[in-house]
Amino acid sequence: MSVELKDGDRPVILRGVRTHFDKVRNVWLLLAPERALKLDDVGRAILDEVDGMRTFGEITAILAEKYDAPLDRISGDARTYLSGLMARRMVEAR
Amino acid sequence: MSAPRPNPPMAMLAELTHRCPLACPYCSNPLELERKERELTTDEWKDIFSQAAEMGVLHVHFSGGEPASRRDLEEMVAHARDVGLYTNLITSGIGLNKRRLDALNECGLDHVQLSLQGVDSEMADWVGGYKGGFDRKMQVAEWIGEIGFPLTLNAVMHKKNFDRLDETIAIALDMGARRLEVATVQFHGWAAKNRAALMPTREQAKQARLTVNEARKRLEGVLVIDYVPADHHSDYPKPCMGGWASTGINIAPDGAVLPCHAAHTIKSLKFDKAHEKPLKEIWYDSDAFNAFRGFEWMQEPCRSCELKTKDFGGCRCQAMAIAGDAAATDPVCIKSPLHDELVRQAEADSEADADLVYRVMPT
Repeated sequence: MSVELKDGDRPVILRGVRTHFDKVRNVWLLLAPERALKLDDVGRAILDEVDGMRTFGEITAILAEKYDAPLDRISGDARTYLSGLMARRMVEAR
Repeated sequence: MSAPRPNPPMAMLAELTHRCPLACPYCSNPLELERKERELTTDEWKDIFSQAAEMGVLHVHFSGGEPASRRDLEEMVAHARDVGLYTNLITSGIGLNKRRLDALNECGLDHVQLSLQGVDSEMADWVGGYKGGFDRKMQVAEWIGEIGFPLTLNAVMHKKNFDRLDETIAIALDMGARRLEVATVQFHGWAAKNRAALMPTREQAKQARLTVNEARKRLEGVLVIDYVPADHHSDYPKPCMGGWASTGINIAPDGAVLPCHAAHTIKSLKFDKAHEKPLKEIWYDSDAFNAFRGFEWMQEPCRSCELKTKDFGGCRCQAMAIAGDAAATDPVCIKSPLHDELVRQAEADSEADADLVYRVMPT
């Protein structure tokens, strides 16, 4: 396994990792074992499309359309973000 | 000028009980262990979890002793999950069977942290003081994998097992753990009685860091490794708890609310009980929680040190234990007048040897 993410890979948010709205701090978080990562709008938008079924290519196409942004930029941002979560064992590519 | 209002706590360590089938000589529980009769009731714990979620706690770590010694563990996990907390079970595995693990799965348990006392039954059963413990743990690990709980393996490292770190990493991989904590013994409580038996050598500490760094590279995307170094061989203190009463809140079996699990060693502080006072009031307003917040309490050399915002002067309990003053600089720090003596003592203990002094419950 590595943290490489190809267009045909299906990213999946691993069990024990979930988004959570923190009403005390008024922020969205990604809760994981021993960790709570603050989710910004970009991170949330990406993770919202990760359903374990879609491929990375499909996810970035959806995001490019939804936010009317160039595919290569979306693709680069999403790849950096998701591979970061893969290195932390919160997301896996299947 | 009044101090800024502290942030709400992020995590709660719920020490449900001090009872445990194991007798690890580095147990983080206090020397004076609480008996079963003094433990909080199920409803008292549930109320604490509700209050915790309400005030902003995110993770609750069910711990002990061995939390599985409480027959109501499942009910408490279910409640904590219901009120929105992320639930982590910190266990040796002893006291769990497939039926209980299935029940915990039903209750929504998010994560399991399994402790490892050694890489084989000879080592593990000796360190844990419990015959058959290793085989039992391996069985539990298999069930954890079958159910699919995310798993962290927590390996407490010391003189006797540091040379087997590679095997420890291999066990974590075999178990399918996502995380491994390589945690060097911190010499408080029971571990302080076992310094000569457990203090790693400087060379071991150095080698461990190399091994961890190599494994992190090799296993990126497979296993995350957290490393707690041997602080008695360091030049600067650990940023203990991210600063006193800043992120974590700890509930002892009798309901005592502490900023960390060793804080009871600071006898000048009075700790409130969670079933006698609202948690919020204890966190924000109690003298004990405010005692070492911010920087006003610091003495020299901390007060004028630029690192104070990074390490918060180190560990208050270690300052208490070694300097006899909880507001002193952690003697691990190279700027502490006690640093040289601490290093000398650590080197002497690392070269010495002694039988293990096991943790014992009061009779």
